[in-house]
Amino acid sequence: METDNLMKNAQIKSPGGLSENSGSILIRGARIVDPANRLNFEGDLWVDDGKIRAIEKPGAIPKLPGMWVIEGKGFIAMPGLIDLHVHLREPGLEYKESIETGTRAAAAGGFSSIACMANTNPVNDTPYVTAYIREKAKAVAACKVHIVGAVTKGLKGEELAEIGGMVREGAVAISDDGMPVMNSYLMRKAMDYAKAFGIPVISHAEDANLVGKGVMNESALSNELGLRGIPAAAEEIMIAREVALTRLTRCPVHIQHISTAIGLEHIRRAKQDGLPITAEASPHHLTLTEECMRAYDTSYKMSPPLRTEKDVEALIDGVKTGLIDAIATDHAPHSLIDKAVEFSEASNGIIGLQTAVPVTFELVNKGIVSLDRWVESFTVAPAKLLNLALGTLRIGAPADLTLLDPKREWSFTPEMNHSKSANSPFFGGKLRGKVLLTLVNGVAKFSEVE
Amino acid sequence: MKHLLAAADLSPEEIRFLLNAAKKMAPALKREKEAGRSASLPILTGKTIVNLFFENSTRTRMSFDVAIRQLGAGAMNFAASTSSVTKGETLIDTAKNIEAMGPHAIVVRHSSAGSPHFLSKNVSVPVINAGDGFHEHPTQGLLDLYTMEEKLGTVAGKRVVIMGDIAHSRVARSNIHLLRKMGASVAVCAPPTLLPPSPETLGVDYAYRPEELLGDADVVMCLRIQLERQNRMQIPSLSEYSAFWGLSLERAALLKPGCIILHPGPVNRGVELDTEVADGPRSVILDQVFNGVLVRMAVLATLVDRPKLEKWLATNGNG
Repeated sequence: METDNLMKNAQIKSPGGLSENSGSILIRGARIVDPANRLNFEGDLWVDDGKIRAIEKPGAIPKLPGMWVIEGKGFIAMPGLIDLHVHLREPGLEYKESIETGTRAAAAGGFSSIACMANTNPVNDTPYVTAYIREKAKAVAACKVHIVGAVTKGLKGEELAEIGGMVREGAVAISDDGMPVMNSYLMRKAMDYAKAFGIPVISHAEDANLVGKGVMNESALSNELGLRGIPAAAEEIMIAREVALTRLTRCPVHIQHISTAIGLEHIRRAKQDGLPITAEASPHHLTLTEECMRAYDTSYKMSPPLRTEKDVEALIDGVKTGLIDAIATDHAPHSLIDKAVEFSEASNGIIGLQTAVPVTFELVNKGIVSLDRWVESFTVAPAKLLNLALGTLRIGAPADLTLLDPKREWSFTPEMNHSKSANSPFFGGKLRGKVLLTLVNGVAKFSEVE
Repeated sequence: MKHLLAAADLSPEEIRFLLNAAKKMAPALKREKEAGRSASLPILTGKTIVNLFFENSTRTRMSFDVAIRQLGAGAMNFAASTSSVTKGETLIDTAKNIEAMGPHAIVVRHSSAGSPHFLSKNVSVPVINAGDGFHEHPTQGLLDLYTMEEKLGTVAGKRVVIMGDIAHSRVARSNIHLLRKMGASVAVCAPPTLLPPSPETLGVDYAYRPEELLGDADVVMCLRIQLERQNRMQIPSLSEYSAFWGLSLERAALLKPGCIILHPGPVNRGVELDTEVADGPRSVILDQVFNGVLVRMAVLATLVDRPKLEKWLATNGNG
């Protein structure tokens, strides 16, 4: 039974691979991909003093004493990846994850930046919690942590959270992720209010009443399995509402983890009309379908649920064309007590930081999504929508960089897992594409470079 | 000028006439006040004015009350409720009943925008709007304008910044109309949740943050911020409002020399206006209160017995 795997995976700890090499680094002969600067060529890249110092033709940058030289032939060097949808669970839910462990998992997965959601305990709905996360991250995080505050107090959907105060303490966006804001008046006011602080509103777009107690996509399969369904309409309605409210307020709005083909059509129309709306898809919604539910494995229980083949095709096309701006993991650590329970009781979500790259790089390997678009969806696209001056290898920019061996085959094992939680359906399977190095401000926060 | 329903209806000439009348009444009112007398300007002796208030009011009703007495008229106060019967019926029934008592003017405040207009169509005496919903409060606008002119000479070419709950403020709307007619430029500032949709359609500039506007202001007007159940969806807390939109000493330091600060009252100290600023040298809040009586006297006298007022002005024009 899968639960046995959950148990086993959860018990194995202390993975390796973290290092703190810094200083002067020369990566030679790698394919340098930087969509923000329209770079895609084989060359040399020099990092010094925490900054990108030079990008040149092969052999053009001299090797200096003390340099760490990495032979990059066959590898891809790209801006450090940015995951705009992560749950770090701290403060309050450290039995699932912490700022330290979650960011270590991020670095191991190639992410130099992550954005953390507000559904902690206490909820990040005041400047004080925001400041706590910022200071804790400064002390222990293995990557950059961008803080997303709550839209409403306690994620209750009743009153605005102290958005201005949170922005003053460093929050870059607001979201009630996990708890959709059902009151349209309040959501409108949140979008209006956010404009005063120049931040986007991030929406978990599901109608909570239509979701009800559903645990999987509503379909013939949910009938067959006897599991309560969540209709695609639950998402479609909420995306349509967010589009309408974006049209009304002109506040930048980002739609999280889109899962339905028709929901995506609403985004298409909104973008055609020039509205400031963006969308993300998760690795699991891009690769898995409701068919996975047959095993009654809670590792596949997500919010929104895995949908149909047709939806997956639409989402992949969305990533390919850029209609879906970003790929984001929705890394949602849950312990055994949350997941190794009856299906109806199990928490939603999976961890994803260490598997996002290989799982989605298959789209590049298969020739469906271009390498440039794939890199863009993990770097400059999320940076832009969060107003971060990151996601590029511009000379002089902070040396946030990810080095990927696109060919290497590997399996994600519990021994490699940096997260405190092990709720992933991707353990054990064959993966292609391995992150070898993650630099954050020129410091190697993860390295498997030989 | 039969009624005073909205500042938007007034021509610049009418505005000038009312402000001039108020200005000429000022010395007499001050003199009589110091002598401890009421009925200082007996222009409306023997007349009866009804204060018909469907919404709670202390200062506006008292201000009208004093104005009525200073003119030698009698005030009848009628505090009505909107909840007892269906609103429309109550209003028209009440109005007809009051009219039957033979008053010479009706001052009305109502929570529903347009009520004074409705009333004016159903009674034969002048109707003065003392605030209707968040539509207009023309005598407040006039007293604010009077106070600005008193301190600055003229408002033409001046910059007036109004901060606070603009969307739900009748004071803001009346001020905007009057100030624009008299050549001032107006900007409003509030959290976007408290701005009306498309503020530019009111003929004003707007900004979400006060720092963008304060440096150019000749006048800053702060409006009262209240945190009720419904507006917890509009602002998270009074402390956050104060932190980002309150006129603190720190923000007041951005103001030019000579810039004055108005507030229609009652001041929510420490929220929209810090105590040190409310009581500081730029504040003209108490002048507004005195000027309110003057302006209301001018309005009442103009609407109820303009010939007599003009005669008085001709003979008392030099104070």
